[in-house]
Amino acid sequence: MGWNRKVLRVNLTAGTCQEEPLNMQWAQDYLGSRGLATKYLVSETDPKVDPLSPDNKMIMSTGPLTGTMASTGGRYTIVTKGPLTGAIACSNSGGFFGAEMKFAGWDMIIFEGKSPKPVYLFLENEKAELRDAGHLWGKSCWETEETIKHELQDPLVRVSSIGLAGENQVMFACVVNDLHRAAGRSGVGAVMGSKNLKAVALRGTRGTSGIKDFPAFMKATTEAKKVLADNAVTGQGLPKFGTQVLMNVINEMGALPTRNHRDVQFEDAGKISAEAMHEKRPSDGKAHLVTNAACFGCTIACGRISEIDKGHFTVKNSPQYWGASGGLEYEAAWALGAANGVGDLEALQYANLICNEQGMDPISFGATVGAVMEMYEMGVLTKEQLGIESPFGSPEALAKMVEMTARGEGFGKEIGLGSKRLCEKYGHPELSMSVKGQEFPAYDSRAIQGMGLAYATSNRGACHLRGYTVASEVLGIPVKTDPLVTEGKPELVKAFQDATAVFDSAGICVFTSFAWTLADVQPQLAAACEGDWSMEKLNEVGERIWNMERQYNNAAGFTAKDDNLPPRLTTEPAKTGPAKGLVNGLATMLPEYYKVRGWTPEGVPTTETRERLGL
Amino acid sequence: MWKSLHIDPAKCTGCLQCEMACSYENTGVFNPSKSRIKVFNFETEGRKVPYTCTQCTEAWCLNACPVDAIRIDLSTGAKMVYEDTCVGCKVCTIACPFGTINYNQDSGKVQKCDLCEGDPACEKACPTGAITYVDADWTGLDKMRAWAAKANTPATAA
Repeated sequence: MGWNRKVLRVNLTAGTCQEEPLNMQWAQDYLGSRGLATKYLVSETDPKVDPLSPDNKMIMSTGPLTGTMASTGGRYTIVTKGPLTGAIACSNSGGFFGAEMKFAGWDMIIFEGKSPKPVYLFLENEKAELRDAGHLWGKSCWETEETIKHELQDPLVRVSSIGLAGENQVMFACVVNDLHRAAGRSGVGAVMGSKNLKAVALRGTRGTSGIKDFPAFMKATTEAKKVLADNAVTGQGLPKFGTQVLMNVINEMGALPTRNHRDVQFEDAGKISAEAMHEKRPSDGKAHLVTNAACFGCTIACGRISEIDKGHFTVKNSPQYWGASGGLEYEAAWALGAANGVGDLEALQYANLICNEQGMDPISFGATVGAVMEMYEMGVLTKEQLGIESPFGSPEALAKMVEMTARGEGFGKEIGLGSKRLCEKYGHPELSMSVKGQEFPAYDSRAIQGMGLAYATSNRGACHLRGYTVASEVLGIPVKTDPLVTEGKPELVKAFQDATAVFDSAGICVFTSFAWTLADVQPQLAAACEGDWSMEKLNEVGERIWNMERQYNNAAGFTAKDDNLPPRLTTEPAKTGPAKGLVNGLATMLPEYYKVRGWTPEGVPTTETRERLGL
Repeated sequence: MWKSLHIDPAKCTGCLQCEMACSYENTGVFNPSKSRIKVFNFETEGRKVPYTCTQCTEAWCLNACPVDAIRIDLSTGAKMVYEDTCVGCKVCTIACPFGTINYNQDSGKVQKCDLCEGDPACEKACPTGAITYVDADWTGLDKMRAWAAKANTPATAA
């Protein structure tokens, strides 16, 4: 089992909530969470649908290991068509919300249509009701969570919501749960906002009972936890330094995209690194970092809880931001910092707080600011338009832009379009550092060649979480490959992409894959779920999910032309570092990748591939 | 020798493995809502604090129970709820100053930590050592050792 076998279908147009059985054949073929929710989406919606129309659906889904004692077994995924990209959107979040859905007795919630007025869903075990959210509209994610807990008189409710960014249709709005965990990318929060759905509040007291063989499961999960504890990355590096441990490492490799990818090394990387978060500030003698924190069931605990400098210009008159809160993690610190040349840790934390509070993806926001600053320095955008002088490196501009973007004020409306639409509007599409409209994360593909291919072919647009070859090319996990060469990368990218699809669909965190391979996940799934869960089957499921997502995107209108990188990465060589003089060799890797995938030279899965995978 | 659950909040990451282990031990499923140990997250302070019964010697719950459903397990020192005797009157939940004995709607009885017959599931599940099971007479040992380590007293100093 592993699954609760129950789906809640919420029709927001009609205001109805209906229970239906989970399609167990699909569960066998697509596992759960990312894979299973995508199967539902592709089966029920037109790939050409306008992402922000009522005809798009939004699915919140757990996996079979969500809400169990498997380490990191607390993840859930939001699957929909993404407004930022027009491609499949699939955003995964930790925290405690996903497990609560399982405890309430459900695997998945499908939202369809559009509510005539703002509502939120309250799901308490078997009882589901849409409640008025008129009083919540206009509130931040944090205020929404607090208000809902207060009005339900239940502090144990878990809440996932959108803030102002989702309401204002910021194209990279996210959905925030448990204050600072987010289904972050591709604009899933804007989809939720387009449906007038402000929040989902869950309370589950039934527990997760559907484990096929509890004793075998306890044994498998205990052994797998030991693997995490004994591993240097998951047992020591991530708990102590968080993902931020990468800042100095990636900078030294010349792979830290800086000032909208003009540079590949940031002179202030040390100031925004994990080490800096541990250091005492001269201003108040306190370290930025307060403690680490875990999501549900996680025995790694990479999460950062920090306290901003109360005297910093961003918050000195705003005591509501003085308490401990989430951040900074590597991607956010990079996007808000190096990507726009800002080396002020406190300013980055402030921008990160606003992103969490109002529900915005800090990666796409920060990277879009990078493009704005570049256009400002080129004279394309002016102080009058932006409302503030905005050269690279300005913490004041960053702080103002994050406020304006969340609230949809002034030039913030334009930033909220994302870098692709923004740069096109101002005549410089080449300055958008994105693939399929989604901004890059924190690894420059001139210095980590495999990531260029992983970005170009990622089904949700540029992303590090679809095929994290950084593990191999930088950290040597599971084997070290040379980051500066293209040879062997097509096979490597495919292997990471397929395996990651299984991790995501199981309901666990992809960070376990620093220590676990599928061979560590397999015994946990086999003990939890009925059916055959051999390694062979898992590999097939991963590949099937990847190809299903690809077919959806192809049907949505994407072609091989969209498996591309901005010209900066393929024509402007890295200026410094170990990759000095190199560009990304995508043109060499891509045809080989299509072959390895069993796709035509046009990037379409061949009939043979589709039949092999049952698609 | 009795042992006590010893909790060091500074080591807690808030993962709730203890709550799941407790509920699995006692109900056979993963269900934190039925856990007898709870982790509290003081968000704005960055503090996570696991909390459960301390097994008071003069236990308020035990003394308040009108039907003597709470008795001491002499092998572990745990104050045990005997469900066949408990009538679900909840007087113990009022008497307990710490809130660590609570009513369970599913069983109609109260529930509290029973130290798992001397092998607590929460302690085994805790990945960071925030929950340990130590000699009941020496719950202060780690703190004493930490302070002792700071004492700069080589014998030949003077």
